[in-house]
Amino acid sequence: MSIDETETRGCPTLGGPVAQKGAAADPSAFVRGGDDGLAHLDLLVRGARCAGCLAKIERGVGAITGVHSGQLNLSTGKLSVTLEPGVADPGVIARTVADLGYQVSPFDPGEAEQERDKYGRFLLLCMAVAGFAAMNIMLFSVSVWAGFTGEMQESTRALFHWLSALIALPAAAFAGQPFFRSAFASLRKGKANMDVPISLAVLLALGVSLYETITGGEHTYFDAAVMLLFFLLIGRWLDHRLRGQTRLAARELLSLQASTANRQDRDGNIHAVKASDIEPGDIIILWPGDRAPVDGQVVQGTSDVDMALVSGESAPGLVVQGDPIRAGMVNLTDKLTIKAKARTEDSLLAELTRLVEAGETARGRFVKLADRAAQAYVPIVHTLAVLSFTGWIIAGAGVHHAVLIAAAVLIITCPCALGLAAPAVQIVAVGRLFKRGVLVKAGDALERLAEIDTVLLDKTGTLTLGRPRLINADQISDVQMELAAKLTRTSRHPLSRAIADLVGPGSVAGDAKETPGHGVEGLVDGARVRLGRADWAGAGGNVQQNGTGLWLVTEGAEPVHFIFEDALRENAAQMVEGLLARGLEVEMLSGDREAPARAATKEVGITKLSFELTPQEKISRVEALVADGKKVLMVGDGLNDAPALAAANVSMSIASAADASQAAADMVLQGEKLSPVLTAIDISRAARGRILQNFGFAAAYNTIAVPLAVFGFVTPMIAAIAMSSSSIIVTLNALRPFMRLGKT
Amino acid sequence: MTVLLYLIPAALFMALLGLGAFVWTVRTGQYDDMEGAKWRIFMDDDRDDHIPD
Repeated sequence: MSIDETETRGCPTLGGPVAQKGAAADPSAFVRGGDDGLAHLDLLVRGARCAGCLAKIERGVGAITGVHSGQLNLSTGKLSVTLEPGVADPGVIARTVADLGYQVSPFDPGEAEQERDKYGRFLLLCMAVAGFAAMNIMLFSVSVWAGFTGEMQESTRALFHWLSALIALPAAAFAGQPFFRSAFASLRKGKANMDVPISLAVLLALGVSLYETITGGEHTYFDAAVMLLFFLLIGRWLDHRLRGQTRLAARELLSLQASTANRQDRDGNIHAVKASDIEPGDIIILWPGDRAPVDGQVVQGTSDVDMALVSGESAPGLVVQGDPIRAGMVNLTDKLTIKAKARTEDSLLAELTRLVEAGETARGRFVKLADRAAQAYVPIVHTLAVLSFTGWIIAGAGVHHAVLIAAAVLIITCPCALGLAAPAVQIVAVGRLFKRGVLVKAGDALERLAEIDTVLLDKTGTLTLGRPRLINADQISDVQMELAAKLTRTSRHPLSRAIADLVGPGSVAGDAKETPGHGVEGLVDGARVRLGRADWAGAGGNVQQNGTGLWLVTEGAEPVHFIFEDALRENAAQMVEGLLARGLEVEMLSGDREAPARAATKEVGITKLSFELTPQEKISRVEALVADGKKVLMVGDGLNDAPALAAANVSMSIASAADASQAAADMVLQGEKLSPVLTAIDISRAARGRILQNFGFAAAYNTIAVPLAVFGFVTPMIAAIAMSSSSIIVTLNALRPFMRLGKT
Repeated sequence: MTVLLYLIPAALFMALLGLGAFVWTVRTGQYDDMEGAKWRIFMDDDRDDHIPD
């Protein structure tokens, strides 16, 4: 992998460019002033995956005059720029990143988001404190155990116990906070979650040990109490990191709405404003490449707009004065002036966002495996502890001895292994999937994916590439190709891009002019050349206007036909075959017309299909299946798929998809291929098996350890060994490679 | 056993030093980008990253 300055746009190792040149909104409205006289700007960069991206973006931004530093966070995609106000133009910064081939939008984190980020750091600190305390107390504990035979004087032992208490009590008070708080909150609601037995075990162990220390007793459980916290905090932190990916998704959806718009004042000046500040009646300028921030109406200009993200329609549509514009449409060819008809929160995009949120709330009812295990586990643990306490009292032991036994039972049964069982496996599986090109955004998505029995596929952009490809390139001479490229390099129309990208960079035609809805024309070597619709280009009456075809007409030469097709993705058919082989039902949902939808199903081998669906109808279909008790995986890419993605049990999106649908999906496939869908299903099933294995192991461990504790054979040393070994075994089991993978 | 009077405080002091260092790394946000950190070591043009003041 080279990280040199190259001509490649986008990520050099994975995927390639995800944004068109110059396709960036002006983020000026999001610049914040700092105390140091410098201004700060946060941008959300999408498509950056490796060192090459990191170097390219940071160097590119750093080279702009007035920019002091630019730092990209590769995990979150946040690019923090420090700049001199008035010297560096925020618009230039955004355009530079877009020109490098990355999608860029202003970053506007919510307050709740920042709070949760702080919680992650807090967990890490708790873990560090617990780890520090556990190691140092163990130093004393091992000495005490080693000196058991009588070599150690009682005064030395007492000193060691006091030192342990000195470390353990403050450490547990700090590091135990996440558990104590959660247990307290749950008790107040009259329920007992997993944190109740944990808190009880820790507090009881500390209390008993302190009592023993004061009265000069032999056994203390300081080490066990703190080690318990340490292992559990590892599990918590891993779990928090997994959920962090979901937070990222919510933030991306937010940042989509935090976009900017160019508003024209009454005196004709154009300012960049936050999209959320737009009022109905405002005049907004949409340059080619801009996305409409709100619903509105065209007051001036004629242009082609890309509606793929809104309706799923693959061909761009022509809009003229008076036509409605929906939020999310992208202007392609010419400057448009539109009049806002709604605020952002009343626009289509916000409506979709609300549908997405509704779907996600419904999905929140899914109970994770670990929680199901905990629900069964908690009552058993409490009953056992109470039973052993009363049992020993009845058997004639003193209260002191009975409490000691009950504490030992709670410590030994404490769900260290259970707390690590799921997150450890999931974080490993998520890492493996990432290497195979699947970004998993929610940890429990893997569990949900393992249970699916039905797969719903979108057509445009999912089964197909979602953009036209020239299919008769071999019938066109190089000269004519170059001629066409000279014209198309000036245009943003998808058909033009298809030709220009195929030929590569080069010169452009003189006096090039685009007529929206018709084609491009220009002067090459003194001759007038037109590329566009047959009737407009002048291909003559003898040629038939063909769906997605273009004609290249040069004065005095034979017209040349360029034929395009929205091609199926590589190995789409293999993926469908693989899904069927795994015993899954496959169905296609398309917003497109019947003919292309039928053609696509035939080619990939799907028998069930629905077409011309609105976003609402897509949700209805998903909900009907879910209501039937089916476990549905939805794979889609358009903005129109986003609500259906959120409504399905589990969902996947594609890296080139609309931001909203990537945000709504649980997993995002990187790159162009569909085969990672199968890999994801296989890994999720393997991970589920591994989690159940870990639970099984934890149960087996308890059937041996619990009787020992109940009958009073557990010393602090045995507790320490049993707890750490079970946690380590569970972690090692998670790290073991998954078997039988790689076949697709 | 008087040696313990030196050794125990010394051990605890060194451990606290480690803990303090860890707390510092967390506070300064060094764990916020685990993905980027592993790639950054491959960047061998550090000097070009800094714009001379």
